[in-house]
Amino acid sequence: MRAFTYQRATSPREAAAAVAGKRGAMFLGGGTNLLDLMKLEIEVPTHLVDVQDIGLDAIEETDEGGLRIGALVSNTALAADARVRRDYAVLSRAIVAGASGQLRNKATTAGNLLQRTRCPYFYDPNMPCNKRKPGTGCAAIEGYSRQLAVIGTSDKCIATYPGDMAVALRVLDAEVETIKADGATRSIPIADFHRLPGDAPERDNVLEPGELITGVVLPGPIGGTHVYRKVRDRRSYAFALVSVAAVIQDDGTGRVAFGGVAPKPWRDEAAEAALPQGAKAVVSRAFAKARPSEHNKFKITLAERTLAAVIAKARS
Amino acid sequence: MEFTAPAGRNLFDSSKVVGKSTQRIDGPLKTTGTAPYAYERHDVAANQAYGYIVGSAIAKGRITAMDLSEARAAPGVIAIVAAPETEPVGKGMSNNAPLFGGRDIAHYHQAIACVVAETFEQARAAAGLIRTTYARADGRFDLPEAAPQAPLAKTGGGKPDKKTLGDFDAAYAAAPVKFDGRYTTPDETHAMMEPHATIASWEGDKLTLWTSNQMIQWGKESMGKILGIDPENVRLDSPYIGGGFGGKLFIRSDAVLAALAAKAAKRPVKITLQRPLVANNTTHRHATIQRVRIGAQNDGRITAIAHENWSGNLNGEDGENGTLQTPKLYAGANRLTANYIATLDLPEGNAMRAPGEAVGHLALEAAMDELAEKLGMDPIELRIRNEPEMVPGSPDKKFSERNLVRCLREGAERFGWSRRSAKPGTVREGDWLIGMGVAAGYRGGPTQESGARVSLAKDGGLKVETDMTDIGTGSYTIIAQTAAESLGVPLEKVSVVLGDSRFPASSGSGGQWGAASSTAGVYAACVELRRKIGEKLGFAGDDAVFENGRIRAGGKDMALTEAGAISAEGSISFGDFKSGYDVGTYAAHFCEIAVDAYTGETRIRRMLAVCDAGRILNPLSARSQVIGAMVMAAGAALMEELAVDTRFGFFVNHDLAGYEVPVHADIPHQEVVFLDTLDDIVSPLKAKGVGELGICGPGAAVANAIYNATGIRVRDYPLTLDKYLDRLPEPV
Ligand SMILES: Cc1cc2nc3c(=O)[nH]c(=O)nc-3n(C[C@H](O)[C@H](O)[C@H](O)COP(=O)(O)OP(=O)(O)OC[C@H]3O[C@@H](n4cnc5c(N)ncnc54)[C@H](O)[C@@H]3O)c2cc1C
Ligand code: SF4
Repeated sequence: MRAFTYQRATSPREAAAAVAGKRGAMFLGGGTNLLDLMKLEIEVPTHLVDVQDIGLDAIEETDEGGLRIGALVSNTALAADARVRRDYAVLSRAIVAGASGQLRNKATTAGNLLQRTRCPYFYDPNMPCNKRKPGTGCAAIEGYSRQLAVIGTSDKCIATYPGDMAVALRVLDAEVETIKADGATRSIPIADFHRLPGDAPERDNVLEPGELITGVVLPGPIGGTHVYRKVRDRRSYAFALVSVAAVIQDDGTGRVAFGGVAPKPWRDEAAEAALPQGAKAVVSRAFAKARPSEHNKFKITLAERTLAAVIAKARS
Repeated sequence: MEFTAPAGRNLFDSSKVVGKSTQRIDGPLKTTGTAPYAYERHDVAANQAYGYIVGSAIAKGRITAMDLSEARAAPGVIAIVAAPETEPVGKGMSNNAPLFGGRDIAHYHQAIACVVAETFEQARAAAGLIRTTYARADGRFDLPEAAPQAPLAKTGGGKPDKKTLGDFDAAYAAAPVKFDGRYTTPDETHAMMEPHATIASWEGDKLTLWTSNQMIQWGKESMGKILGIDPENVRLDSPYIGGGFGGKLFIRSDAVLAALAAKAAKRPVKITLQRPLVANNTTHRHATIQRVRIGAQNDGRITAIAHENWSGNLNGEDGENGTLQTPKLYAGANRLTANYIATLDLPEGNAMRAPGEAVGHLALEAAMDELAEKLGMDPIELRIRNEPEMVPGSPDKKFSERNLVRCLREGAERFGWSRRSAKPGTVREGDWLIGMGVAAGYRGGPTQESGARVSLAKDGGLKVETDMTDIGTGSYTIIAQTAAESLGVPLEKVSVVLGDSRFPASSGSGGQWGAASSTAGVYAACVELRRKIGEKLGFAGDDAVFENGRIRAGGKDMALTEAGAISAEGSISFGDFKSGYDVGTYAAHFCEIAVDAYTGETRIRRMLAVCDAGRILNPLSARSQVIGAMVMAAGAALMEELAVDTRFGFFVNHDLAGYEVPVHADIPHQEVVFLDTLDDIVSPLKAKGVGELGICGPGAAVANAIYNATGIRVRDYPLTLDKYLDRLPEPV
């Protein structure tokens, strides 16, 4: 870990300006991802702007009948919120399927969205990695890729987005709200928030330098049965091999997104229209362009079987 | 004391303390966080500086340049020890590559530098500023590729590791029922909670290491060799150890670099290995490829059995001996066991909990299950039918004490084995496919010479000092129990101090010999003390009865405190008579598992171990040992694997997020039963170890249960769902 300076901002705009105004500055949320990466010198910020005092820690109802989740709301508080549990249960379930109780207490909504990949080569600074060090190559492509992505990849990077919460946000059509140093705000549909690696795997998302997440907005409730099913090698405290977030209506239609398979939560609205025909119909379409490796091709079978379980559960 | 004949009736046969479930005497220290582990011993030496080790970025080759200028100039830096500027250190016990020094790189994350600074953060930051360039060389990293050409491994005596009895080939060819299977097990890391850690301090030419090490005498001798100094000038102190599992049997780079760095910095230096270095800098369990062939009569009687094993190691001499249990478990006149060893440039392989047997059972005990199915026999019945009279691989040897059949029968009864469906894939509860599996377990019950000092204080308090270690196993408590029993004082009167090389040498903790050996050594010291007390008070110590703080001898009855302050040393050694016996421990392991019909996720429901290990010194902590071992076995069966990158030559998933061990939720219910047996060949206490027995067999029981649940046999461990998902029946 390199030495860094530290500041606590007191308002969103001040925080955004502080990061935009200083090369190498970064926001610090709960720190559960950033500090680990700093210890390994995968992230080497020269300055940290701690956002814990900027407010944004409430969950409020919107005029449109949805919810606005402040960027600083902890994962624990969000998962436990009665409105979320009632109307957006897939989100609660996704959150509690992640990390551990202690981590969820610390983790913020914004930080969770921005957690970086768990590609093991990304985590070893001796290894070539285009995401960590652009232009050095990708050690994972011909290497140990069991956990990595099967779709949405490029020949520069095959990392997955590892998180759970965002997969649920994707089926809920959430929007990410931000503020920049000049005070300009924007609202980014979750579908457009995370990037595919393409030629620039170092950029995980579309945020600009110094752009602060202020909250996440959920549109009004859509009813249906909410399921989050996460499959992993042990029963808790592990990242997904494959996860399925789904909201399924009584008539068999619905929405579905997959985690653990792509550089972003993977949802294909055209494929999803085939839900009434069953898991195979959805997965064969959603993963038609998959380029799996020998190590991770099982994920496509697993996605199909997991979705079949989810559909069966929703029906019962 | 020399143990030269089977133990007769002695005081332990009417024991009041030994054999009773006893809470750990060090428990309060552990649960209140006041038992100081190596890295936390802030008070043992003033002015401690922090060391941080840099591991090699390549697996094989040479360091061509190392630029230390930026690191040297970094804030807080006191000294840097760099491999290119240091002669390679000597090799201590089981070091296959020098732990430090020179430009040659033998494996990934081999230590190449150590930065010493005022704070940990400064040392770590400066370590990141060292610029090293390498000339990469080709290495051999792929066991499956190297195995076909691998020569026979060498036994301890240097002989080729192949043993035959009768004529395996002919008997196998003639057998009406044959099984031939190839199994693989991956490299594994010990993943103990406490990484290797040491504080080193020099006073003149005397070196003290406050460290985390299972084998104090080995460590002391090795440190002498490594640094080229007189071992008598080395002191190791290791009273608390946060898990070792064989990973702390030998000196590793934390101790060597703490010593070198303390010399360079001219002050005490503390070092802990960062987690990634535990996998690639220290030792690991070697991967294996195993082939098991068994030929049997139609009634299940085995006529031919062969177990061949391939593994790889840096030294090209010895690896994981997966065949160890095979000459012991089942009858059969025609036999073959062989170990082949490939030279690999991966990090060093070495002992991990029940080296050899832990993974050997994963093959042999799955093979027995497969054979039982071919025979249409119950797998328990097959094992019972092949219960041998004499040691099958050494027919001139007797078993010291063996109750495997009882373990199997009692286990079957308790577990409800009769409810198992013999036909796989036929029991279903909702989305779950349910199965049961069984496996037998064998692990040797060795003993080693072991000594102690026992001192009686004026107030009747008893102190035991020995360099024995407690790696979380419960040594403190069984030693206190033994001393209390031997001198007839309540347990509360006994204090135990462990792990200091200034104390009498003990067996140390390894190979499941610690409990049996160290308690026998303490007993020997207590016998000496009883004699000395007798000399002082005028009676024959050997004939006296020490009970309730009093001594009855020759018609006299006196208080123990009449002896005043008095101390004695003693040690136990074991005579040749043992060589006529195989001293082993046995278990029957059971597992019930549920497999998700959709996703293939496995959920262990229950595990049971019925163990036969002689007198159980402390049933409470012995149970913990077996439970922990069963968890580790379940981990080996279901998830643990160091993934090898055969291009870069290293273990990729080198942290606890990437290397998954079971969590509580994976194993909801475990039960351990100890048979009430005594082994008079092993020691005066008639007790054997259990800490490794518990990992021998449960993994195969898990695998057999998965087969029973699904009808799918996977022979490549760990049994992760990707290996059978496409063979699962269509759900619903
Ligand atoms: C052992 C372990 C297991 C885990 N398992 C899981 C799991 O199973 N599933 C899962 O989903 N997650 C898992 N996680 C990840 C965990 O969810 C994240 O670490 C956490 O959500 C990050 O939140 P944080 O507030 O601590 O972020 P931080 O670490 O503080 O920040 C993360 C990133 O977000 C940036 N940032 C923070 N706040 C803002 C803001 N308001 N605007 C813009 N940028 C911001 C930071 O600069 C940084 O780049 C695990 C983590 C660990 C350590
Ligand atoms: S997959 Fe992406 S993160 Fe992993 S090594 Fe390749 S470039 Fe780096």
